[in-house]
Amino acid sequence: MNVQEIRQHFPILNQEVNGHPLVYLDSAATSQKPVQVIEALDRYYKEYNSNVHRGVHTLGTRATDGYEGAREKVARFINAKEPAEVIFTRGTTTSLNYVAWGYARNFIGEGDEIVITPMEHHSNLIPWQQAAKATGATLKYIPLQPDGTISLEDVRATVTERTKLVAITHVSNVLGTINPIREIAGIVHEKGAVLVVDGAQSAPHQKVDVQDLDCDFYAMSGHKMLGPTGIGVLYGKRELLEKMEPVEFGGEMIDFVELYDSTWKEIPWKFEGGTPIIAGAIGLAAAIDFLEQIGMDAIHEHEQKLAQYALEQLRQIDGLQVYGPEERGGLVTFNIDNVHPHDVATVLDAEGIAIRAGHHCAQPLMRWLEVTATARASFYFYNDEKDIDALVKGLQKAKEYFGNVFTG
Amino acid sequence: MSSLDDLYRRVIMDHYSRPRNRGEFEDDETVTVNMNNPTCGDRIQLQLKIEDDKIADARFQGEGCSISMASASMMTDAIKGLKVEDALKMAGIFSKMMQGEEYDEDEFDLGDIEALQGVSKFPARIKCATLAWKAMQKGVQDEPNSE
Repeated sequence: MNVQEIRQHFPILNQEVNGHPLVYLDSAATSQKPVQVIEALDRYYKEYNSNVHRGVHTLGTRATDGYEGAREKVARFINAKEPAEVIFTRGTTTSLNYVAWGYARNFIGEGDEIVITPMEHHSNLIPWQQAAKATGATLKYIPLQPDGTISLEDVRATVTERTKLVAITHVSNVLGTINPIREIAGIVHEKGAVLVVDGAQSAPHQKVDVQDLDCDFYAMSGHKMLGPTGIGVLYGKRELLEKMEPVEFGGEMIDFVELYDSTWKEIPWKFEGGTPIIAGAIGLAAAIDFLEQIGMDAIHEHEQKLAQYALEQLRQIDGLQVYGPEERGGLVTFNIDNVHPHDVATVLDAEGIAIRAGHHCAQPLMRWLEVTATARASFYFYNDEKDIDALVKGLQKAKEYFGNVFTG
Repeated sequence: MSSLDDLYRRVIMDHYSRPRNRGEFEDDETVTVNMNNPTCGDRIQLQLKIEDDKIADARFQGEGCSISMASASMMTDAIKGLKVEDALKMAGIFSKMMQGEEYDEDEFDLGDIEALQGVSKFPARIKCATLAWKAMQKGVQDEPNSE
């Protein structure tokens, strides 16, 4: 992979921050955007901005083609059976809330169980807490292994005949753990439950085939995979989406409206109330074109190498602890003895290095790790080993800077 | 690293490594406030002993970055012995200092607290410095006899 060539497409990476060349290691929070995506948005607004599905005029047709073409592109990208199984949403959080309110609330009741894990991002945790409260279902957790992985034994032991829904992340945004979704789907389906997958950290970084994974719902965000903010996807199997109720009601999503009752459009449109996220979908389509040109397998392989290199390098720093398993997605979460992660992030920022510090929207996982916060460096295919070398140098500086505080 | 030195002044690091008034009062005659910073996970428990409209004593414990813990240490030192009304005034001055606004330097002897001035140049860290002060403001407002 020619990272230097790739970086030419990302104008934001070519700048100095606090007097140093920017080293962007926060792609798990949001990815940077190539000019191709920025130009697709620009073109839409300059040349064919128009509402979709209703206008008879030429611009309306172009906008509709762009929007529905994006749906077809996403369907191919994740290998959905048909574009109708792809719903555009604001992002992973909205997608998961749709399942919680449109599906769980209508098909789960008292005495039933919802099963999740302690490694979930708040967006795949709080909707289930709320759904459990609203339906009277019991919320259960599959425990974590000491290295931050899930054992299939534990999945088998936790998922019972009463379980109606299991929600789990594909790749952990803190530990980097890659969960065995296909195997989990087998167990979940054996018990007659549905499997919801949080794909926010997998769709941007590896080939995702929802039919092969055999998940029932899969949620993802455009902004973490080169797309604009405010666009995401909920994939669902047709028979489930047909059963599922809309969550937002209004224009665009209706079939026939009477004074006291209404009927809905077919899937996917019954879930897309209001003027949809047209520019966002068009931007996401451009992002997918870019990703496919590079190749998802090549991206995955590059990031795995980077993660392994980062593990090796970071472990050589005395007093630095890395969290999570050996085999992982492209991120490393860590702490340095006696230096709070915010202070680590501030020292790195002064060197032009952007990382994330905090609880990463995973407070239960922080408690499991017995920390209040951690630092996280996350990679994408526009990063290379030089970025990690800069990180290591920055961390040495942070250590030196704070090193004498407690001993001096 | 001159700008970093602006943020992490020696006196701040001193309060961070050797916090004053850290701990907990055993008795019930205190106002206790728990406050956290939901965006980053910092948390503080602040206890105030308020007698005759005066802050007779203060203690804190918690977990957080150097700035939040040093600020709590400095604040507890500074408000001890102050009238509640003056402690609130000082909180107002501190808030101005964090926003980089002008404030009346003669109204109080801010002492070590002035070392936190550099934080105003690091917008992402201002909420770290203000956590303890917000806890204090909440504490004296919740206290029924502080009118």
